[in-house]
Amino acid sequence: MRIIGLSVALVLLLAGCSSNWGWYVVNPMTDAGSSNLSFLLSGLGSTILLSITAISISVVVGLLIALPGLSTNRTLRSINRVYVEFVRAIPILVLILWVYYGLPQVADVAINVFWAGVIALALSDSAFQAEIFRAGIQSIDKGQYEASHSVSLSYSDTMRFVILPQAIKRILPALGNQLVYMLKMSSLVSVIGMPELTRKANELVVTEYRPLEIYTILVLEYLVLILIVSAAMRWLERRMQADERQ
Amino acid sequence: MQSSTVEPIIRISDVSKYFDDFQALKDVSLEVALGERVVVCGPSGSGKSTLVRCINGLEHHQSGSIVVDDVELGANRESLAAIRAKVGMVFQQFNLFPHLTVLENLTLGPVRARKMAKSDAEDLARRYLERVRIPEQADKYPRQLSGGQQQRVAIARSLCMEPKIMLFDEPTSALDPEMINEVLDVMAELASSGMTMICVTHEMGFARRVADKMVFMDHGEIVEMSAPETFFSAPESQRCQEFLAKILQH
Repeated sequence: MRIIGLSVALVLLLAGCSSNWGWYVVNPMTDAGSSNLSFLLSGLGSTILLSITAISISVVVGLLIALPGLSTNRTLRSINRVYVEFVRAIPILVLILWVYYGLPQVADVAINVFWAGVIALALSDSAFQAEIFRAGIQSIDKGQYEASHSVSLSYSDTMRFVILPQAIKRILPALGNQLVYMLKMSSLVSVIGMPELTRKANELVVTEYRPLEIYTILVLEYLVLILIVSAAMRWLERRMQADERQ
Repeated sequence: MQSSTVEPIIRISDVSKYFDDFQALKDVSLEVALGERVVVCGPSGSGKSTLVRCINGLEHHQSGSIVVDDVELGANRESLAAIRAKVGMVFQQFNLFPHLTVLENLTLGPVRARKMAKSDAEDLARRYLERVRIPEQADKYPRQLSGGQQQRVAIARSLCMEPKIMLFDEPTSALDPEMINEVLDVMAELASSGMTMICVTHEMGFARRVADKMVFMDHGEIVEMSAPETFFSAPESQRCQEFLAKILQH
């Protein structure tokens, strides 16, 4: 429903434009316009792939960083603290630049723009994921650990079957937030030449010189993408409430 | 007194436990024989829950020793695993896994820790649900059950691990009065089947019915320990007399 409403709004915007607007650049009725539109949309796959890959890695890394943060051992806890504080302090754009231009020199490996983007986004996000997981796991009642202990579950089984399923349900809204955030921040990877949505728009602006219209389309592209993600996350939240039915 | 003739399955010797500066247990010693039913009572903060929680390693004692079925607790990590495999525990707050169905609550331990096949574990679980008289609730979630039913599920969950010893930490304290008896009946049935049990409870009717040995604790010490006949009719210590007077009044 929301998507349809949005499309209608878009059409109205296109139709009602004043002489200052040059919607012809993206008019799907003309050959030039429709080829421009498909050029803009051609970045969609990269944006999605980049964001999904990065968030998948950051969720796993975040969880692995969160677990020592829950330990009673001071050294393990400080590993968590140092990682979170350090990584969280680096601006994402700076991290992207550093990974793309700096890391190949340090590590002596060639990194393409895609993987540089994934590494930078995942690294940056993992610190936030770690904090989200830590908060979620800490919110689970101590009795759940004791009950797991009393039926002889190992630490990893306790986490896997008892604690994490409950914690993930609680942190799902926060994880959805991070996915939205990731989709938006992936636009920054355009600076190193990753051909995703923002980069495509920038390139088209240079040739067509119509920034207002092209960036408006870009805004709408992100908006639609993120509304779809939001709807999917809400659907997932509802599905995971199964045990709360009366 | 069975305990004096049979080799004890639980031997607690001079156990002390501190929470920071507060001493929760003061040189507590207690022996429990195989098949013996021990009821522990005492005012709140007397250390009775702590004592029970020490037995399966939920709390770590700082001095003294706890030996369960020839395994000393705390010597190493393996000892903890060995002991918790022999000891089942039922909690005041049930602590069922809320995201799992009743059947899944019961089979998780057997499948993951005892490496049973899923279908065998389910058969076992259904048998124990039958025994605690709620076979029809297998596919429900804990939230959908009454408190008394949840606690019976918790008992069944422990029994599915086929422990030698069952610990009960105030199993009826969180229940509405009309649900207490259904849980006590299950516990009494378990007692009559020969299970070794240590129950922390204030249900003195139940204690009279099933206990072989009564233990009264106060301020982290075992103040009185005797057979129920003596315990209820002629308690020796004044603290125990006062306590019994208070809780037996109504």
